[in-house]
This record gives sequence, C-alpha cells and structure tokens, in this order.
Amino acid sequence: MGKTLYQKIWDDHLVQDTPGQIAIVYVDRHLVHEVTSPQAFEGLRASGKKVRVPNKTFATMDHNVSTRTKDLAKTEQTSRLQMETLSKNCKEFGITLYDFQHKDQGIVHVIGPEMGITQPGMIIVCGDSHTSTHGAFGALAFGIGTSEVEHVLATQTLQQNKAKSMLINIEGGLGKGVTPKDIILYIIGQIGTAGATGYVIEYAGSAIRSLSMEGRMTICNMSIEAGARAGMIAADETTFRYLQGRDFSPKGDQWQKAMAYWKNFKSDPDAKFDRVINIKVEDVKPQVTWGTSPGQVTSIEGKVPDPASFSNPVERQAAIDALKYMDLKPGIPMSSIPVDKVFIGSCTNGRIEDLRAAAKMSKGKKISAKVQGIVVPGSGRVRRQAEQEGLDKIFVQAGFEWRYAGCSMCLGMNDDQLKKGERCASTSNRNFEGRQGPGGRTHLMSPEMAVVAAMEGRISDVRKYL
Amino acid sequence: MESFVKHTGLAVPLDRANIDTDAIIPKQFLKKIDRKGFGKHLFHEWRYTDYEGTKENPEFVLNKPAYRSATVLLTRDNFGCGSSREHAPWALADYGFRVIIAPSFADIFYNNCVKNGILLTALKSNEVDDLFNETLNTKYAKVTADLPAQKIISPSGKIFSFVINPFAKDCLLKGLDQIGWTLQFNDKISGYEQKLATTRPWLA
Repeated sequence: MGKTLYQKIWDDHLVQDTPGQIAIVYVDRHLVHEVTSPQAFEGLRASGKKVRVPNKTFATMDHNVSTRTKDLAKTEQTSRLQMETLSKNCKEFGITLYDFQHKDQGIVHVIGPEMGITQPGMIIVCGDSHTSTHGAFGALAFGIGTSEVEHVLATQTLQQNKAKSMLINIEGGLGKGVTPKDIILYIIGQIGTAGATGYVIEYAGSAIRSLSMEGRMTICNMSIEAGARAGMIAADETTFRYLQGRDFSPKGDQWQKAMAYWKNFKSDPDAKFDRVINIKVEDVKPQVTWGTSPGQVTSIEGKVPDPASFSNPVERQAAIDALKYMDLKPGIPMSSIPVDKVFIGSCTNGRIEDLRAAAKMSKGKKISAKVQGIVVPGSGRVRRQAEQEGLDKIFVQAGFEWRYAGCSMCLGMNDDQLKKGERCASTSNRNFEGRQGPGGRTHLMSPEMAVVAAMEGRISDVRKYL
Repeated sequence: MESFVKHTGLAVPLDRANIDTDAIIPKQFLKKIDRKGFGKHLFHEWRYTDYEGTKENPEFVLNKPAYRSATVLLTRDNFGCGSSREHAPWALADYGFRVIIAPSFADIFYNNCVKNGILLTALKSNEVDDLFNETLNTKYAKVTADLPAQKIISPSGKIFSFVINPFAKDCLLKGLDQIGWTLQFNDKISGYEQKLATTRPWLA
C-alpha cells in the first residue's frame, strides 16, 4: 500500500522506534524566539548540557518587539529582559540569532521560509503553535512546549507519537474576493476547532496547487486552529521556484540532489488516509468570525447567529458566552458591525503577497477617520520589499500606520493592543477573549476584507470593490 | 519532574468548552524567564475584575469558597487549545491542580502537561456531565484519580475508566527525566547524523 506524505517524512526521520515505547524522530530545523525559550536554556545550564547541533537552530525576536522603534532602550523593561536573555543564550550556546536590530529580523514563521531555512521533507519544530506554517513546503512542522524546546536543544530529536492522517481535498477555482484565509476559516468552520485534533492534515487538490507559497502558508498556518498537530502541502514546482537561490537553500549540484530527494515527498496515489474531507472552493465566500473561537465563523453574507439555533448544548452555551463578550446581538448582518481598529500583519497574513493585496485595495482610498489602521510587515525583508514597490506610501496615503516587523497586535505582547471594548478587523489567527488586549474584540478576516473594514469603518463585503 | 500515582482532591467545575491557553495564562504574564509564580495569574481575566489582579471576581467558580482549595479541574471539550505556551501547565500546577478531567484536550497542551506532572484524563461526555452534576450538587466533592488503575472515582463512588498512552503513563508514574530517557539512544542519534552526510549532504 502507498504511503502518505506524513508517513514518508516520519519514516525518514525515525531514530528509534520500539513497540510499546514512544518513537524518537530527528529534527532538521529548530526555530527559537524570546518568549518560549528562556526556561529551556536555563534547563540546559542547570543540567550542564550543551546544544547538540547549534547550526540546526535559528533564533529571532518577534513576539515582544516594538513595531514603532528599533531602539531597545525604548522597549518596555520586561520585554527587554526577555530579548536580552535570548541574546545572551544564543551567544553562550552558539546559535545564529536575527536579533531585534538585525535587518532580517521578523516573525519566526516568516523568516524561516524566506531565508530558505524551511525545506521540503524536513521535520521543523518551534516553541510556537503556528509552526504548522512551514508545512506549506512539504515539511512536517509543528509547535512544541518549552520542555520540548530543551529536549530538542539537548538531543536534536523529539519524542513523538504518530498522529492520524487527514486529507483535505480542495478543488476548483477561487471566486471573486476569496483568498486562502477564507479557505482555511471556512474549513475550521466546517470541521470545528477540535475537528483535526490528533491528526496531521494534508491539503491537496487543484485549488491548493493554484496557490502561491504565501497562500499555502496562510492555510497551513491555521491548521492548529482546527486542532491539528500539523498541516502540510506536498512540494511542487511552485515550491522549488520559491526556494531556489534563498540564503539557506542548497546551491550548485546540491540543489539538483535536493530537488530529486524532495520530489519523493508526496502522498502515493493509493495512500490511505484515516479521514478524507472534500471541499468545493466554489462554496467558499469571504469569511469573517463573529465569536471568540476561530470556528465561530460565517460568510460576509451571513448574520450573527442565534445561540438557540445550536442543537449541541455546549456549542449553544459557547455562542451565548461569545456574543456577550463580543457585544453582538443575534440576527444582525455581519456587514454592519463597526470597527475601531484594523490590524494587517501576523504569521498568517504578514507576507509580501498579503501586503500587495492590501495595498491594491487601499490605493487611492482613505480609511475611516474613526479607525486606527496599522500595517505590520512580517519581517525586515517584507518591509524592504514593500518599500521598494512603494506599498508603504500607498498605506500611509490611505491613513494606515506603517510599522516595523513583529507579531504585534496578533497577540499584543508589545504595546500594539486593543483597549477594553475596542473592536478590531484583524488578519491574524485567533479571536480568543483578550487575545489582542484585555477586553478587546477580534473579527478575523483576509487582508482585503480588513482594508475594506478600515475604509468603511465597519465590516463589509470586499466584493463590492472588485 | 514530579511523579503522579494517585490523587484525591476537591474538584472544581469550570463549565466552558474550548478554553484556550490565552485564557489560562494571558500574554502579559509570559515575559518571565523562569518557571515559577504563574499560579497567581491563572485564568487572570476571569478570576479578577481589574487588570492588576488585586480584586477577585466573586462570580468566577475558582473564587467561590466551596472550591477554593480545588486540585482537580473539571471542564469541557478541547481544553488547552491555541498557543503552545507551557506557561499554561506551569500556571495550573503552581495553582495546585494535579488532575484535569474533560471530554477532550488540545494536542500540544496534553504533551506539556505530561512534562509537568499533571494528569489529563479524557472521559466520555456523559461521564463528564455526571461529574459536573455531582460536583455542583455535593459540597466539597472529592474526586480520585488512580493512574495505575486508569480510573476516576466520582464523589458518590462511580468509577470511570480512562485511556492513557503507556509512555505518558510511565513518565508520570516515575517522574521520568525525558531528556535522559532519549539520551540512552545517543548512539542511534549519532548514527542517524552520520547517515545524513550521504542521504542529505546539503543538511549535514
């Protein structure tokens, strides 16, 4: 019987596998940031261990960094301590660091791919749940806890139980105004936030093949929001074109060898999956969340649901709680909800293609006077590229603030936060209570939809402008 | 790591599905560089009425006198979803929780709890309903978790079985040093690394 892509990567990385014991798999790339690593390095020090293979770990600063200034002295004290701790740890243990002031600093899941650190057939881990992003390259990539970060640093391996496999086939052509963000929000709405718990998802089908690497990353990024351990897409010519010539991509005759190796990493035609889901992309319309969980989502044509319409009592109660927190009444159209802030950025939608799409919508327009809109590029490179293309000027002329790279208002660990009661149209990945700031209210959507929300001062249908 | 064999303690019912790790420990408390002291910030936005965490919310179940010294957390589906932050189990353990019972748990959170000596037991939804009823209706309801027997015993004596992966069970029972466990296979790791030089030389 044929093997799935997941099975092939698994088999290729098995170091130890005795029945009845947990398996040990080899980790090709380990990405580290300032928030989930200090206790791991401290653990190494306490037990007198070294980093086993320092050149397989790459570090950056993203969660805490200011997007207003590159002056560390102006950064809030506890954030600064965490950043300084990462610098000290990387120096002591010999790890490459793209620090706050480095020109290529950025969100860990943006810089890994754009530097070619992420490659097909790899196992990639990071102390961050959105590590699933890297699965877009046909890698097995997933988030781990700090104890596991320490484990990887010490052993370059990880203990793993094998997950089940899920195939999501997405066929057809994307409709007007429909983006990869809408596809993944639609999938989460269909299968639920725990719909893929215990699974690794492989996304396939003609709609996926038609997407750029940026679009594929947006989809894999939010696999965790469906509960999946990882999301992945087999590498193809689009993947190879993206990777060729990047900093850490193989060069010369190594490139040919690597491509030959990478081409093996796709599911065999007769591979069996534990679960298969088929999606017709024609059914997907621009999506927007109404609640406090990414599964609480509907199309822009939809209305805020009545909790009474949920037959499952737990879902009904969740809807009641969500509407109370979001201060929304059942039955109001989604395309009428006013917003105070608009955030364009994050590891979901902070790449150059996202900014191009947002700039295209913003060109020659003005955002509402009552809205604060910020555009936060995912990395220093994305920022420079956008500036070369003049996108920054389009954003600024439209009334957006143009910022430095970082995680920013996706999780509000820096000073980019919602205030209590503020409502945000956000291109990020989580609409949890308090996620963007205590008491803040989040509506997830695509970059194009976020621009339209900024212009109208309320959530609205992007298709009116296309 | 602290071992876990058997525990009997007061159970608190937290009746909400999809509790994410942002709710368990909000971002403003992730800036520490050690593992200690997260318990006082557990469920911060629900537990306190002010940002500083000086005023308790009397409506929040953990603050109710009957549940103050709870060590068993009873909750709903998909507990621990979202961010991979291990600060969540650090906060739960530091607060005093040893056992969490729910119909299902998020994947990364489950792994993180095993590494911190917290036992997570997934029971059937109707069994969780039973436990909710008992803990809501019985004062100072105590629940027992017996890991060797893989059983949860309700306040009235009902017995529910749970499934646990044998390795996770062993880790909890022994308080196993997992890095030490892996390093017993050090030769195999070295062997894999040597093989990389021929199979994937661009990575070696």
